Order: sequence, then C-alpha cells, then structure tokens
Amino acid sequence: MDIKEIIKPENLVYKRTPLMTDATLSYCPGCGHGTIHRLIMEVVEEMGIQQEIIGIAPVGCAVLAYEFMDVDFTEAAHGRAPAVATGIKRLWPGKFVFTYQGDGDLAAIGTGETIHACNRGENITIFFVNNGIYGMTGGQMAPTTLEGMRSSTTPYGRNSTAMGPPYKITEMIAQLPGTYYVTRQSVHKPGPVRKAKKAIRIALEAQKENKGLSFIEFVSNCNSGWKMTPVDSNIWMEENMFPFYPMGDIKVEGKLVKN
Amino acid sequence: MKELALMKGNEAIAEAAIRAGVDGYFGYPITPQSEVMEYLTLQKPEERTGMVILQAESEIASINMLYGAAGTGKKVMTSSSSPGISLMQEGISYIAGAELPCLVVNVVRGGPGLGTIQPSQADYFQATKGGGHGDYHLIVLAPASVQEMADFVDLAFNLAFKYRNPAMILSDGLIGQMMEKVELPPQKERVTTFDQSWVTTGKTDDRERNIITSLNLDPDRQYEHNLKLQEKYKNMEQDVMFERIACDDADFLLVAYGSSARICQKVVEVARGRGKRIGLLRPQTLFPFPTREIAKLSRRVKAIMSVELSAGQMVEDVRLAVKGKVPVYHYGMMGGKIHSPDDVLHAVEEKFMGGF
Amino acid sequence: MAKVKGAIVVEVERCKGCQVCMVNCPTDTIGMEEEVNGKGYHYAYMKNPDYCTGCTNCAVVCPDGVITVYRVKQN
Ligand SMILES: Cc1ncc(C[n+]2csc(CCOP(=O)(O)OP(=O)(O)O)c2C)c(N)n1
Ligand code: SF4
Ligand code: SF4
Repeated sequence: MDIKEIIKPENLVYKRTPLMTDATLSYCPGCGHGTIHRLIMEVVEEMGIQQEIIGIAPVGCAVLAYEFMDVDFTEAAHGRAPAVATGIKRLWPGKFVFTYQGDGDLAAIGTGETIHACNRGENITIFFVNNGIYGMTGGQMAPTTLEGMRSSTTPYGRNSTAMGPPYKITEMIAQLPGTYYVTRQSVHKPGPVRKAKKAIRIALEAQKENKGLSFIEFVSNCNSGWKMTPVDSNIWMEENMFPFYPMGDIKVEGKLVKN
Repeated sequence: MKELALMKGNEAIAEAAIRAGVDGYFGYPITPQSEVMEYLTLQKPEERTGMVILQAESEIASINMLYGAAGTGKKVMTSSSSPGISLMQEGISYIAGAELPCLVVNVVRGGPGLGTIQPSQADYFQATKGGGHGDYHLIVLAPASVQEMADFVDLAFNLAFKYRNPAMILSDGLIGQMMEKVELPPQKERVTTFDQSWVTTGKTDDRERNIITSLNLDPDRQYEHNLKLQEKYKNMEQDVMFERIACDDADFLLVAYGSSARICQKVVEVARGRGKRIGLLRPQTLFPFPTREIAKLSRRVKAIMSVELSAGQMVEDVRLAVKGKVPVYHYGMMGGKIHSPDDVLHAVEEKFMGGF
Repeated sequence: MAKVKGAIVVEVERCKGCQVCMVNCPTDTIGMEEEVNGKGYHYAYMKNPDYCTGCTNCAVVCPDGVITVYRVKQN
C-alpha cells in the first residue's frame, strides 16, 4: 500500500496537541521536559479546561514553559511556585492551578514553600521534574543527585558524608495529610508515557473535586548535565535513578500505598 | 454619618483594608505590626466581605503568594516590619518587574539586622530606591497619623492599579502602635473596577494567553521594558503629595515625614511661639518625592533640615532637590531611639541661628 | 486476517535528532537521515516504511512532539 494512501486526515491517529504552541522547544535534544509539557497539555485539552487553568513556571530549564504551553501562566521566582500557586488558588478556588518545577527549584531553594503548600493541602497540582541535577545552570549538584554521581560541582562524585545524601522529597510530602495523590512516573518509553498521562489526569480530576494537593514526580533525564547521548541517558536513568527513585504510586486517594 | 473609632495605627490599616474591599491578605507575624493580621483574623473578613486571609510560613512565602494573587487582578496586600520586608525584596523586585499592582505595608523598626522592635525610619532607602535587584521603584506613601494609616490603604490601591505597580505604606512602630481617633471610610464593595485585560484568568478563545513574567532574555526587549518602567516612574510625579505647614513665610525649613513629622510639627509650634519663622514640609508620598516643592521653597529659605529617625537617608533626596542653593542639614536619632521636640529644637538653634 | 498499516510524518525542521523515537520503535521502522536539517540535526525518517504499524510509540515519546502518525486497517 502506498504511503500516500495512508497519510490522509481520516487515518490520523496521533498529532501534537494544538495546546502546545508552535514555538520550538528550548530544551536539549531528547530531554524529557518536552514530553511532560505535551502530556499535561493533552490532558488539559481532553478535560476541556484550557479556559480555567493557570500554570506557574519555575526557574530552571523550564523557565520558558509559558512559551510552549498555550495556557495562562505566571513565572515564579526560583523555588517559590507553590506559594505563587497558593496566592492564585486562594483567590480563585474554582480555577485549576498547577506548578511545574525542577528538583533544584522544588527540593532545594523551594523546600519550605513545597512542604507548606503540601501541608496546607492547597488544592493545586505540582509537577516535579527530577533529573538529578541543575540543568539550566550547567549541571551542578542537586538535592536529588545520586551518591557518587558526578556533576559540575561534584566532579569526583557526590560524597554523602560531606554533601548529605540525596533525599526523596516525594516520599516525605506523601506523609503530610494535605496531599491526596502522590506518584512517581517517567516519560522515557511509550508505556511509561501512557501511565504518566493517566497520572496527570487523575491529579487534575482530583483538583476538580477539591480533594487536596496532587504531586507527580517525573524522574527524567538531563543528557546535557549527565554528559550522555539522549538514548544512553534513558538507559542510565533506568539503571541508576529508578532503583533509588522507584516508579509508581505512593499515595492514592489520600492513603499511603507505599512507604 | 461619620463613623469614628479609637484604634491603633495597625488596626486602622486592617479595618481600612476590609472596607476598601481588599480581596486577599498574606502575612507573617513580626513586631511591631502583628496586630494587622491579628485584627484581620478576629474580624472574620471572610464573612464580612469574603476577603481571604492566610498566614504564610515565611515572608518569602507571603510575598510570593502576593505575587500570584496580584496576577488575578484583585486587590491584595501584605504587611510586615523591616527584617521581614528585607526577606521580601526578591519577590517585590519580581512584582515590580512583572508590573503587578498590590500593597506592601512596612511598619519600620530599628536595624540593622534583628535590631530592635522600637520605631525607626531607617528603611527609607530600601523603600524609595528599589530595595531589591534591578532598576525599579515602589509607590511609597508615608502616613503621619492613624487617620492616614486608614486613608492611605484605598489611595495606595488606586495608585497601584493606575500604574500597575506595587505600592508601599512606609509607616513605623510609633504610628503602628499609637492609638488615635480615626474616621473610618465607608465599606466598599469587593469588586474590581480596574483594567483586567492582562490578568491570568485562564486563556479564552478570544485572546492570546496572558503571561505574567519579569523575564526578557533578549536584552533589546529587556531594555525596552526598562524604558517603559522608567517612563512610568516619571509619570508618577503627577501624584506627588505633601503637606506644607507654616511654609509661606518661613526662613528655615524642616522636611520630615511620618512620626518624625509629628515631632517637627511640635517644633514649629514652639519655635513660632518664640517668634522664629520655621516651616515644615511633610512629604506624604516619598516616591514620587516632592522634589519640585522643595526646590521652590529652597529659593526663599535660608537653610533646610531633614529630620528623620535614621542616620540621614531622605536628606540625600532633599539635597538633590536643593542643588546646593542653601545648606541642608540632617538631624535624627537611630536604632529605635526617638528624638523629642526639644532635641530637634536644640539642633535647629545650633545649625540655623546660632541660638535663639 | 486484518493487517494494520501505518505511516509517520516527521516535521523535519523541528526534529532534534535525539533518536528516542528510533529506539522505541518496535518494528525498526525509523532511521536517522544522513542529511541534516536547518539546525544541523540528523532527522528521523521512515527507513523501513513497510514495517510501520502506526502504533504511535515513536510519537508519544518524541520530546519535541514532531511526529504525526496515520494508520489504516487492510483486509
Ligand atoms: C534566587 C536564585 N538563585 C539561583 C538562581 C540560578 N538558577 C537558575 S536555574 C537553577 C537550577 C535549576 O535546576 P532545577 O530546578 O533542577 O531545574 P532544571 O534546570 O534541571 O530543569 C539555578 C540555581 C536563580 N535564578 N535564582
Ligand atoms: S540541560 Fe538537561 S534538563 Fe535542561 S533542557 Fe537540557 S537536557 Fe533538559
Ligand atoms: S524523538 Fe522526535 S526529535 Fe527525537 S529523533 Fe525522533 S522525531 Fe526527532
């Protein structure tokens, strides 16, 4: 069968959602940020909530997230997105509000804002991209950087005695009564992408029902920071990141399912 | 009918905020302004008007909640005192850069550092020159009475929305804690009458998405943005406010704001009683600063003294206005100590007329 | 037996040549072009067009969302 016969509008099965703008993503080739953006926008499109949702962009590689997702956006200071989201949501309890944050943003400089927004059970959704490193500033150590992992500020590998071990903020915030749905996902393969999208849907549906805070961690790659090809970075991620940051739900419908 | 009350300055701000139809307050306790949030929570404004009150986990959080909330186009405010305001500077810079209207109240205490909880005016530089990083200014209002604490809330919001710029009420522990009779403003409805086209409401089909940001990676665009901001700050001059007290025939001029202006008013009274022609110019807006008025007055007085509860901060702006035409002195106590009218009078005698 | 036939269209100028689609294609349809696009990347293309089943795996993992997928059922 000729390809021209197949490539017809009636045979279309997958196309980038129009809620992604036409701007070329500023991310490095193969970086998971782009996929995560797209999944969020697919869910927003499917739920028909573009007119009711406001995003908060972080400081980090996703600082320009608002250039790519066609929804109203506020750009927060480094780490402050959960506080910014709180301000918006408190004044507009009927709208959807989400933050999109890296691990430096959320788990280092913004730890306080993260924990307290979770503890208050702000009815928002936090998308947390854990790539184990500070991507934007050139691959320095993040709170999530693995033991022994090299970064531009741990050139001989992270030494937990001197620098403290990596920590799992996702498991920590799952302990707080304010969180309703806490899960860890990835977007490096088709199966995980489809699961991650389901998780995003659950999170935004929970927000619609005023259930409390939903928190999705995406373990993602930073091939630039890790100094690997995109394909190798995904393999390295599975072999090294996943054992420490295991995939799956941690809290569902307000109940811990994994500690 | 007039509605009179006897209140602390801090309580007057809180009551005026409810009556101005403010939509949200985010704060963190610090002396000497904790009464603002205490009064608000006691008043159940969520029932009175639907106003949202939230105690944040820090001033960093409260200023960022304010940033988010201001992006909804509603009337939102925070209050704090010097150390807390220092912690807020990053957020204030973002708010100014993103051009969001809101109100920040600083009930100043003595510093530096943890300093003291006693009144001070040593945050003048921080308030009027920017305070955080980058070229920006706040609209700065300086109340000198409990009445003005109340009146300036609505004024601050009007100016903040007019210019899409954060406004600050720069008060101090003296006025915050002092009890005075105050005529309360009538209750306004909690509705927004200001332009909402830039607000993040959720993107509708009839418009492009609204983005609230202070980021412009392209230096040309950031330059343009800065030019626009500077033009805005220049335009604010039309809203300058000040009070002239016995200035018409004055030989010597005092310049003072807030609590220091109250003390200077007494100085003028006493000096006039002794036949000395002293006048007082009291800026009610510190940014915009009454530069022109001071320049005008400097043409006829023999000398000027800026009286502040600081080592001399506003005096620099007075000097810039006077451009060396007459001597400009500073007098003031620091670190939470308050000068008495006698202290000021003594300093005036020494500087201006070699004793009178 | 019904056979599923698919095809992909890659937005050449937006492809960053990361190869994530290629390694996630279960039927070895995708290869990287010898030539480079305007940004200097070897872009993805259907090396073995006959193998494509239109499963959308490549499209859902493409970080830049540059792949459109079509599918038909043949009898
Ligand atoms: C107050 C402040 N401190 C430091 C920075 C510099 N900075 C920008 S991005 C960043 C780290 C971002 O890392 P992460 O949050 O992990 O996101 P990624 O870039 O990896 O996606 C830092 C330290 C800043 N912009 N503001
Ligand atoms: S530096 Fe890392 S996180 Fe940032 S865009 Fe590149 S790959 Fe992605
Ligand atoms: S995954 Fe996308 S960007 Fe990467 S090579 Fe394939 S088509 Fe190009």
